Parts: sequence; C-alpha cells; structure tokens
Amino acid sequence: MDFIGAYSIGNINYLLAGLLNTLLMALIAIIFSFIIGSVLGILRYAKIPVVSQLVIVWVETIRNLPLLLIIFFTYFALPEVGIKLDVIVAAIVALIVFESAMLAEIVRSGLNSIEKGQIEASRASGLSWMQTMWHIILPQALRRMVPPIVSQFISLLKDTSLAVVIAMPELLHNAQIINGKNVNYLIPIFLLTALLYFAVNYTLSIVARRLENKERSSKKTTGKTILRQDKAGGEAI
Amino acid sequence: MLDFTILIDNLDVYLQGFGNTVKTSVIALICSFILGVIIAVMRISPMKVLSAAGTVYVEFVRNIPLILIAFFFFYGLPALGFKLNGYQSGTVALTIYTAAFIAEAVRAGIQSVSKGQMEAARSSGLTYIQAMRYVILPQAIKIVIPPLGNQFINLVKNSSILGVITGLDLMYFGDSVASKTYVIFDTYIFVAMFYLVLTIPLSIFVGYLERRLAVSG
Repeated sequence: MDFIGAYSIGNINYLLAGLLNTLLMALIAIIFSFIIGSVLGILRYAKIPVVSQLVIVWVETIRNLPLLLIIFFTYFALPEVGIKLDVIVAAIVALIVFESAMLAEIVRSGLNSIEKGQIEASRASGLSWMQTMWHIILPQALRRMVPPIVSQFISLLKDTSLAVVIAMPELLHNAQIINGKNVNYLIPIFLLTALLYFAVNYTLSIVARRLENKERSSKKTTGKTILRQDKAGGEAI
Repeated sequence: MLDFTILIDNLDVYLQGFGNTVKTSVIALICSFILGVIIAVMRISPMKVLSAAGTVYVEFVRNIPLILIAFFFFYGLPALGFKLNGYQSGTVALTIYTAAFIAEAVRAGIQSVSKGQMEAARSSGLTYIQAMRYVILPQAIKIVIPPLGNQFINLVKNSSILGVITGLDLMYFGDSVASKTYVIFDTYIFVAMFYLVLTIPLSIFVGYLERRLAVSG
C-alpha cells in the first residue's frame, strides 16, 4: 500500500473532479425526477380511468427492476432502435426513469397523507379539482414530502456510481482509472473514495433527519404521517 | 416485436443466471439478517463502546455505494493477498451493505417496544440478553417484517452488481447472451422479465404483509 503516492495532488484533484460530476449528475437527475415523479404521482392519486392504471403498471415495473439493467438498456439497447445517447445522457436518462418512479410513490403517499375532508371542503366551497390540488393539497403535501425526498437524493447520489459500468467519468470511475495505474494505490484510493461519498451523503442524511424532526414536531394536530419511505427503498440498482 | 427464439435458444443460460441470482440473494439475506440483528442489538446496548461501533458501521455503510464495496472486495482485497471470485465478493458485499439497512429496521422495531417491558423483564430477574431474546425481540419482529421484506426486494435488485464483477448472475449471463446474439434490446427485455418474476410477487406479498400487520396493530 502506497498512501503517499496514491494521495498525490494530481490524483486527489482527479477524484474531486469525479465527485463534481457525480454531484452535477445527481442534481440534474433529481430535478427532472421530481418533475416527472410529481406528474406520475398525481396521476396515480387522481384515479383517472385507464391513465392511472397505466401509470401504476409503469411505476411498479420500473421500481421492481435493477437500475443497473436500466442503465445498460439506455446505453446499449436503445441504439438498436435508433436512439443513440452519449454516455452522460444515457446515464442521466436511466437515473431519471428509475428515480422518477421512486419519487412518484413519495408524492403519492404525501398526497394520501392529507385528509380527504380537505378536498371535500374546498370543492364544496367552489374550487375546481385543479384549484383544490394547486392551492390546498399540494402546498401541504409538499412540506411532508421534503424529508423522504432528501433521503431519496442520498440514494440517487449513491446510485450514480453505477454509471461506472458505461465509463461515465464520475467519482467511482475516476477512482478505478487511478487504481489501474498502480496496484499499491487500490486500498488507499478505495478508502478515500468511500470517505468522499460518505462525507457528502452523511451531511445530507443529517439534513434529512433535521427536517424530519421539524416536520414531526410541527404536526401535532393533523392526520396521518407520511408512510416513511424506507431509507433503502429507493436506492439502488 | 420481441424475438422469442433468443429466449428459447438461450433458456439454459438465462436460467443458470436466474438460479445464481436467487442463490446469492438468499445467502446474502440470511447472513445480513444475522449480522444486522447483532449490530442492532449492539447499537441499543447500554455499553458505550458497542453502541458506538454499531453506529459507525451503520452510518458508514449506508452512505457509500454498494458497488464500491463490491469493487473493494473484488479488486482491492487481492492487493492484500486475499482472492475472492466475483460471486463470492458480490455476495459478501451484498451482505455487508444490506446488514446496515436491516440493523436500522430491527433497531426501529426494538425501540418501538415500550421501555417498561425491558424494565419489567430485568426486574423480574432476567439478564439483558434473556430479556432481549424472550421479551423484546418476539414483539419487535412483527414491526420489522415489512421493512425486511422491502430489503429483500432491494437485495434481489442489488444483486445485479454481480454482473459487473463476473459474478455469474442473471445480469452477467444477460450480457453474455447479448454479446452472442447481437440482439441487445430483446435480450435485456428478457433479463428484465426474469427480474420481475422475482420482484413483483415479492412486492405484492410485502404490500399485503404491510396492510395486515398495520391493521392488527
């Protein structure tokens, strides 16, 4: 093991560049996943005939597949039907497809946690279904969704590492490139890579916990709590 | 339209991968359950050293990617003189990773059993271990089962990382069929179907357990 050689300025900069890509990729993916996931979650919540059923089939299928398979699919299989994506786009598309299905479930259970009486009351006071959603239900549900969404973001950050299989230049990929240069670097580089992931995700998990406690203490009177998305729930692969 | 001849011609290959995926998932589930319960009990034990060690394990492992752990065992350990094949390193990585999540689920379950029970058990003369074994754990199990089910579904999906380290699982053999037939799209659709055959029934079953155990309290 060669810690001094492994932790040269050049290597560390290279790892940090990978970390930056990982963070950017995760950020883009979470924004799009949130938008698409919200639409899917609301469609499923709305119980529109046919449409809601299609959404259920889509969300349940994607949620029950390994993310790794979806990444392989967007990168290797789509070109066969004429859709050629470059590595970065393929990785981000796969992440969005997978994570939006996860977020759809978070959005749906957030919406379900708002009592039905509120819909009835606002409909009775003359608001349309859309208005009720937009002004009454969503603002309340959104607050409850924040902690599970932060947890999902942690999963997503870890999941970006799977893009290593299509040689996307993220943190784990860059670590593997350095590892390829010298066998004695392997252990020190794995250690440092793990610590980098840990530092980012642990910070986020503390934020998630804070938000959760705040949410819990602010909600003394109102109905059910959001069914807590299992921490690993979303994650992975 | 899907070309089903690919599935039929390579059925033995697919099934071999499918079998290995099931095998590694079951082995990792059993091992990670044992490890997870030990860590959970460590975390809530009154001994500061043990609970600190448990906390460090859970927080560290939960916040790093599984594939990094798998790479560590597959590529890193040979540098220290231990050699594991892809299947072994994958299964060990899955066990270590899943144990952290199981530990959290079990801990949450144990802590949901009221404190008075432990106090009553201790004051009636049981040791800490006995109180855990006979009083607390049997009650906690009921709360823990649905999240454990979710972990098992994740485990099956997560086992696909074996494919990256020559672990001979479904993903690995899917790749080999794809490179043999050159029909990548259809090959992966069939791989997806094999995963769904495992995960969809599991999801339905876990959903059922969640509802049932929620009603009975």
